[in-house]
Amino acid sequence: MSAIAFPAPDAGILARRDAILAGLSALVAPDALITSEDERRPYETDALTAYRRMPLAVVLPSTTQEVAAVLRYCAEAGVPVVPRGAGTSLAGGAIPQEDAVVIGVSKMNRILEIDYANRIARVQAGVTNLAVTGAVSADGFFYAPDPSSQLACSIGGNIGMNSGGAHCLKYGVTTNNVLGVTLVMLDGSIVDIGGGHLDAPGYDLLGLIVGSEGQLGIVTEATVRILRQAEGARPVLFGFPTSVEAGAAVAAIIGAGIIPVAMEFMDKPAIEICEAFAHAGYPMDCGALLIIEVEGSEAEMDAQLARIVAIAREHGVGTVKESRSAMETAAIWKGRKSAFGATGRIADYICMDGTIPTGQLPFVLERMDEIVKGYGLRVANVFHAGDGNLHPLILYNCNDPDEAQKAEQAGNDILKLCVEVGGCLTGEHGVGIEKRDLMTVQFNEADLHQQMRVRAVFDPRWLLNPAKVFPLEGRIAA
Amino acid sequence: MLHTPSTEAQACAVVASIVAARVPLAIRGGGTRTGLGRPDNAVSTLSSAGLTGITLYEPAEMVIGARAGTPLKLIEETLAERGQMLPFEPMDHRAVLGTEGEPTIGAVAAGNISGPRRINAGAARDSLIGVRLINGRGELVKSGGRVMKNVTGLDLVKLVAGSFGTLGFLTEVTFRVLPRPERVVTLIWEGLSDEAAVTLLSAALGSPFEPMAAAHLPGGIGADEARTLLRLENFTASVGYRAAELARLLKRHGRPELVEGRASETLWREVRDAAVFAGTQEAVWRLSLAPSHGPRATAAIARAVPGARWFYDWGGGLIWLAVPAEGDAGAAAIRAALKPLGGHATLVRAPDAVRASVPVFEPLAEPLMRVSAGIKKSFDPAGVFEPGRMYAGV
Ligand SMILES: Cc1cc2nc3c(=O)[nH]c(=O)nc-3n(C[C@H](O)[C@H](O)[C@@H](O)COP(=O)(O)OP(=O)(O)OC[C@H]3O[C@@H](n4cnc5c(N)ncnc54)[C@H](O)[C@@H]3O)c2cc1C
Ligand SMILES: Cc1cc2nc3c(=O)[nH]c(=O)nc-3n(C[C@H](O)[C@H](O)[C@H](O)COP(=O)(O)OP(=O)(O)OC[C@H]3O[C@@H](n4cnc5c(N)ncnc54)[C@H](O)[C@@H]3O)c2cc1C
Repeated sequence: MSAIAFPAPDAGILARRDAILAGLSALVAPDALITSEDERRPYETDALTAYRRMPLAVVLPSTTQEVAAVLRYCAEAGVPVVPRGAGTSLAGGAIPQEDAVVIGVSKMNRILEIDYANRIARVQAGVTNLAVTGAVSADGFFYAPDPSSQLACSIGGNIGMNSGGAHCLKYGVTTNNVLGVTLVMLDGSIVDIGGGHLDAPGYDLLGLIVGSEGQLGIVTEATVRILRQAEGARPVLFGFPTSVEAGAAVAAIIGAGIIPVAMEFMDKPAIEICEAFAHAGYPMDCGALLIIEVEGSEAEMDAQLARIVAIAREHGVGTVKESRSAMETAAIWKGRKSAFGATGRIADYICMDGTIPTGQLPFVLERMDEIVKGYGLRVANVFHAGDGNLHPLILYNCNDPDEAQKAEQAGNDILKLCVEVGGCLTGEHGVGIEKRDLMTVQFNEADLHQQMRVRAVFDPRWLLNPAKVFPLEGRIAA
Repeated sequence: MLHTPSTEAQACAVVASIVAARVPLAIRGGGTRTGLGRPDNAVSTLSSAGLTGITLYEPAEMVIGARAGTPLKLIEETLAERGQMLPFEPMDHRAVLGTEGEPTIGAVAAGNISGPRRINAGAARDSLIGVRLINGRGELVKSGGRVMKNVTGLDLVKLVAGSFGTLGFLTEVTFRVLPRPERVVTLIWEGLSDEAAVTLLSAALGSPFEPMAAAHLPGGIGADEARTLLRLENFTASVGYRAAELARLLKRHGRPELVEGRASETLWREVRDAAVFAGTQEAVWRLSLAPSHGPRATAAIARAVPGARWFYDWGGGLIWLAVPAEGDAGAAAIRAALKPLGGHATLVRAPDAVRASVPVFEPLAEPLMRVSAGIKKSFDPAGVFEPGRMYAGV
């Protein structure tokens, strides 16, 4: 694929590479600066592997002060910077460019403080999402946002993308679970925003930083909320004849005042792919599957499930299958959370991430199918049903350039459809390069100009992750 | 001069003319919170009173949208009819500020106004999913939308929440909503010290039983005996079960009394609205800090400011504080007490003279102040919207 353009590399910077490397080497330990082509290669892309660019250099600082020194140096030298966590972005958010220095926070991977009385943890930005939960789970706590990539992805990257996960219906996404950050700004100044208390004074800069895709500064530390685990949790599988019934059941459950912790949807192709991979015991004789998880004591879960089952029956549910053991629960979630990986074993895919008003579900599912078929391709659907965040996986063969281009076009058509029905381009993966050129579908010029003017307060010269989020045409500096 | 546009287009035209004339502009909803913030020097007022009405309500999608001047009361009644509510329990400032009028949904967004549920369900800003506002260029700008999961572009919604009209005039706001719980009960322990109470609240909030609100009213605040409150909201059977489990977990603090219905509602309304400080001559502060630091902060303040009275919400993390409205209304002492603990203090009520001379919001570190001034300028280059309301120069 090559449809998405990058800004032309600055020839002056490329010519100065040796001097820039020398300047950087004075700022960080020798093993923190990566210059050889072989060692830079792992950094040339992220999870949007169809695009790749070899960066000028990669720096892996160990302290906030080192990040500040490197950023200040790059700003003074006029060199673009691409912040990087674990490089699992599906939107190309962490893909570098030839004239940029990658600043990766992966070495900053320590948990700094756990405070159960105040239910917070202070962690460095390179800590993986799952490691936060890992550090507190023995004491019965967890960090709520749970992207499927949680084993690998970093808290810094989660903040960059405002990531979500299957359990966000009840617990919210990253922005609802972060209380503070240490941010290094482009000029090297280090600021603390928020902390162990709620609602920092002044403008909500924390809310602005979360989801800013590495364009406003580099996060080196975060204070996050940790929550007490429920007494128990039980996922239940509901097999429906078609996605129309499944969609109606979701609306009816919410309409009845029930908010389960998770309501995940899979269509038939997705069920087949995930079952073959995870052997989770998903029902194979249905057109659509809901995984609904309830929480609480055994009696509470029974009571809540009884209500949900009654509603599902009114909507023609076929199979209802409760998890009866920790092993079954693990298998059910493994199947769902490895949906992307499992799909990757049978075909190349691009993963869309639009959100729609849930009332539009039946219409959108049907239209999506038509769109993808229209390009002669196949689609598998997994998504967060409670909040309408879709993840159609468009299957194609990456060795066939024509198919690759069609897949990208089908994806674009789907995202436009999401916006048309009142939704948005991206619910949790971010804009990155992938949806950058579609921003004008969702926003008009005044909307985008206001965003770019706010961006310019932090980075008037477009040095921070400049290839991303905003269409290359029509950019303004202030 | 008072402008009351009834369409977005009219509002854009008003703002454009104000900007051209460079006249400081106050923005008003119901005017119930006009005593908040630094006193303004506006000569013109732009009111949202002409922009009313619910524009979108989809109970099954848990979303409601309304024009900014829509009375909060109408929103809450409309939601209640369908068994739903705003998740963040917005406080009503009328009692504590001694104001009249109808609070508007736009001001709830502009003030990021939350209440006791904030610890569990998030602040207004966490439920605000879309805004339309007119910036200081007279342009209509939209951010967010009507869906909960949305990370498309910079999150200007968050910036606008809590900006108190300084970034622009909101014309329409969209909130996520939640189902109303089937049953609500409040557990009350009596006679605990501040430290013991915060320890209790912390243990409860760190338990699997999900208290939705947690407050402590020391003796003399609304009753002679100190009262420590936990509120449970859930399905009927769950509430009974969880109340019993919590009482067992916390039994070393004594046996709680259990109230529900009107008695529970009244109690929490008083906490939410800081009603015990209504109608007094004192200055009122609102302190936000890590909950376990609450008692240490109040002890330090009590030593430095004679006559200080307080109570805690948010498990100890929100302190409502009343002090004599003299001198700087305790500003220096209160902020000094918070310095080693972290957190911040906002002056909610005080005579104009005090509010003009004391920073109403916690002063920001220099780089953050610079960023805030930049953000203000990016929305409002001529500096006409509520100039100086939050900070001098912003
Ligand atoms: C310094 C300060 C401290 C405050 N502290 C607290 C606090 O501790 N807790 C709390 O919950 N609230 C607080 N507030 C918020 C307060 O509610 C508002 O200032 C109040 O004036 C709005 O309520 P209302 O509908 O009656 O609207 P008004 O009183 O008319 O307006 C409220 C605020 O919202 C703004 N506003 C109203 N409508 C719009 C609109 N359509 N577009 C843009 N802006 C609008 C106004 O400019 C004003 O700042 C504080 C405000 C300030 C300035
Ligand atoms: C198999 C798979 C499943 C996934 N499932 C989910 C899911 O369920 N939900 C979901 O939301 N996402 C999901 N993702 C997407 C991805 O994992 C998330 O976007 C994740 O948060 C990225 O984290 P990262 O550490 O890999 O960041 P990167 O990919 O390295 O970076 C992401 C963005 O954040 C910026 N950034 C990184 N670190 C910092 C920092 N310290 N300071 C400032 N900016 C920074 C980068 O510049 C980039 O724009 C999935 C990805 C894969 C491959």
